[in-house]
Amino acid sequence: MIYLDNSATTKPHPDVLQSFQAVSTSFFANPSSIHQLGGQTEKLLLKSKEQAAALLQVRNDEIIFTSGGTEGNNIAIKGIALQHQGRGKHIITTEIEHPSVYEACKSLETLGFKVTYLPVNEHGVVSVKEVERAIQQDTILISIMYVNNEIGSIQPIEEIGELAKKHPKLFFHVDYVQGLGKVPLTLENSGIDLCTMSGHKIHGLKGTGLLYCRNGVKLFPLFHGGDQEHKIRSGTENLAGAVSLVKALRLIKEREAKGSKELAYLHHYLREELLAIDGVSINTPEQSAPHIMNFSIPGLKPEVMIHTLGKQGIFISTKSACSSKDLDESRIIRACGFPADRSKSALRVSLSYDNTLEEIKLFISKLKEALTQLKEVME
Amino acid sequence: MEYDHILIRYGELALKGKNRKKFVDKLQQNIQHKLTDFPDVKVKRTQGRMFILLNGQAPEPIMDKVKNIFGIHSLSLAIKVENELETIKEAALFALTNAEKINTFKVTVKRINKGFPVRSQELTQMLGGHLLSNTETFTVDVHQPDIEVKVEIRQEATYITSSVVRGAGGLPVGTSDKTLLLLSGGIDSPVAGYLAMKRGVQIEAIHFESPPFTSERAKQKVIDLAEKLTKFGPSIKIHIVPFTKLQQRIFQETPDGYGMTVMRRMMLRISERVCQKENILSMTTGENLGQVASQTMTSMNTINEVTNYPIIRPLITMDKDEIINISHAIDTFDISIRPYEDCCTIFVPKAPKTKPKKDRVNYFESKFDYEPLIQEALEGIEVIRVSDQNKAEDAFEGLF
Repeated sequence: MIYLDNSATTKPHPDVLQSFQAVSTSFFANPSSIHQLGGQTEKLLLKSKEQAAALLQVRNDEIIFTSGGTEGNNIAIKGIALQHQGRGKHIITTEIEHPSVYEACKSLETLGFKVTYLPVNEHGVVSVKEVERAIQQDTILISIMYVNNEIGSIQPIEEIGELAKKHPKLFFHVDYVQGLGKVPLTLENSGIDLCTMSGHKIHGLKGTGLLYCRNGVKLFPLFHGGDQEHKIRSGTENLAGAVSLVKALRLIKEREAKGSKELAYLHHYLREELLAIDGVSINTPEQSAPHIMNFSIPGLKPEVMIHTLGKQGIFISTKSACSSKDLDESRIIRACGFPADRSKSALRVSLSYDNTLEEIKLFISKLKEALTQLKEVME
Repeated sequence: MEYDHILIRYGELALKGKNRKKFVDKLQQNIQHKLTDFPDVKVKRTQGRMFILLNGQAPEPIMDKVKNIFGIHSLSLAIKVENELETIKEAALFALTNAEKINTFKVTVKRINKGFPVRSQELTQMLGGHLLSNTETFTVDVHQPDIEVKVEIRQEATYITSSVVRGAGGLPVGTSDKTLLLLSGGIDSPVAGYLAMKRGVQIEAIHFESPPFTSERAKQKVIDLAEKLTKFGPSIKIHIVPFTKLQQRIFQETPDGYGMTVMRRMMLRISERVCQKENILSMTTGENLGQVASQTMTSMNTINEVTNYPIIRPLITMDKDEIINISHAIDTFDISIRPYEDCCTIFVPKAPKTKPKKDRVNYFESKFDYEPLIQEALEGIEVIRVSDQNKAEDAFEGLF
């Protein structure tokens, strides 16, 4: 099997599973229980925040464990909107956000919020100047992703952070789900108030994630209840999930430190090989995250290619898995200004540090083979 | 080019005359101890200076650890280069461009090696010119520069330092004997312990627990607090005294209002015995004048009657907000406010006496023979040692 759909989800690391099982077996008590078993699990919870905070170089109390990216994005966006609506009802985001940001913003529009969806250029990048121009008196939130999940473009988060610092009345949220472990991001002093991360994109488990919430930022909670996680996310803590997430985070940081050159090489190789194939157009910009390569084969229905390769044990995807079932065109590639034949025929290869050059070579040769066969059929 | 060592300056230590060697030895030992997690890093002394040789280790984590060690006035990252003009220029430029948040600089040159061909003043100008022509945003300010690029040409090599980071000050822990810190779990006592450590005192802690009226978590809180304090010194021994029986008896035998006073006196009696056994010469408390009933002048006078040991009260005249500021700075505040009952918050009389009379207290105490209960408490002491090394508890090992 050659798995090249790592932006949809990754295979859990065995050590992560082991941590999950160990915690579930030995530390199952509710951290809110006052007996000593509860004391122990509470301690483990604090410890996992301490470790996560150290890995991300933030304060312990800035970590909120969540169930993943969709929840993190919703808590951040709706939490800011509902808490600070008295101050203003304007939100700025982009046209290329993940559905959990995009749809959350759409839903707020039905509650009377105004949302500006900024366009991107042909490289899938938003302009800092346009962000600045979009800021109004009543803007309370800017929500922009770091790495786009379909084409891997990188947004100028550092500059937008500096811009956000100059507007103390608004909050800045970054969806970092696709960038984590691949494209480094500094949180401290960055102007970022909220930052979403997910476990299952970094060889952690589904249902785990965390939201960085800068000290002092107030959110209206989406879940009310027992006041866990600084009252932002009530509900008995998923301690085994949290510990396993911290483990996944540590492991991916190690892989990132050691393997980023190799990954960049694979990515480069993939681009060169794809460029050389007749009829293939690349949608991923030159400056991109090192693990996503999006390309189109205009005239070919992408799912035909997915199935052809799938039969041979090679797994890639059409646009993002989260919206793949909707077989229409890609909103993201359309937003980059590409014509419909490109946006309706996009395929995505997404790598992990586990992929090898041999795998990529095999993928390329199988892709070429498939293309030749399919072309015969098509003509 | 990269920073290869850290220069350590010890201000106050210089004043200590004959004892100086003892203080410096202790400081070196404390630094070495704090850096055991970094086996490649070495602490060296030459000609009245102390250096940490990084041997390839990144300087930031080392600086973070070392800046909490008492007895250090300030620290600077430094580069050692050969006595060669072009290399010196390059190193000076590195030192300037690697400093953060600065606009102005000044260069100072010390030429101890008179064999070096360029004279100090000439070299100062030469380096200043080199820095200006190779950077854009910096300007020279010889009076109040944001940073001073110091170049010291010695026989064996040239040393270049720039940013000065303030150290923790104080005296090396372990140079002023030991004290027994009465650690309740509140905001004040860990701050008192920290301040005692700052003057070179090594601490052991004593905690009174009254299960089942106090919980496992109140005890854990004290362990966590002590662990925070180990950041500033060596490992800490905590004596946990089972206090339930004695405490219950005190409140049964003593008329309401005086129970708290008797309880405090018992705590001091037990603490004194622990001091005797452990060869500790004083006690330290977080008492703060007027804060609560037991901390009025009359109360302290009456409670203090039971011991001749010096009691160090670093917080005695502080305001509460000053204490809270320190507790934030040393990272104990969030632990201190965990809401668990401790032995001082249970059985509290509705109206504790703020002016307890000595003769009355002595009379009440004479009505019951507490000695066997004191003995029992002493015998039941559990000793826990905490340190800031190998922090991951065995039970949690491998999970992260």
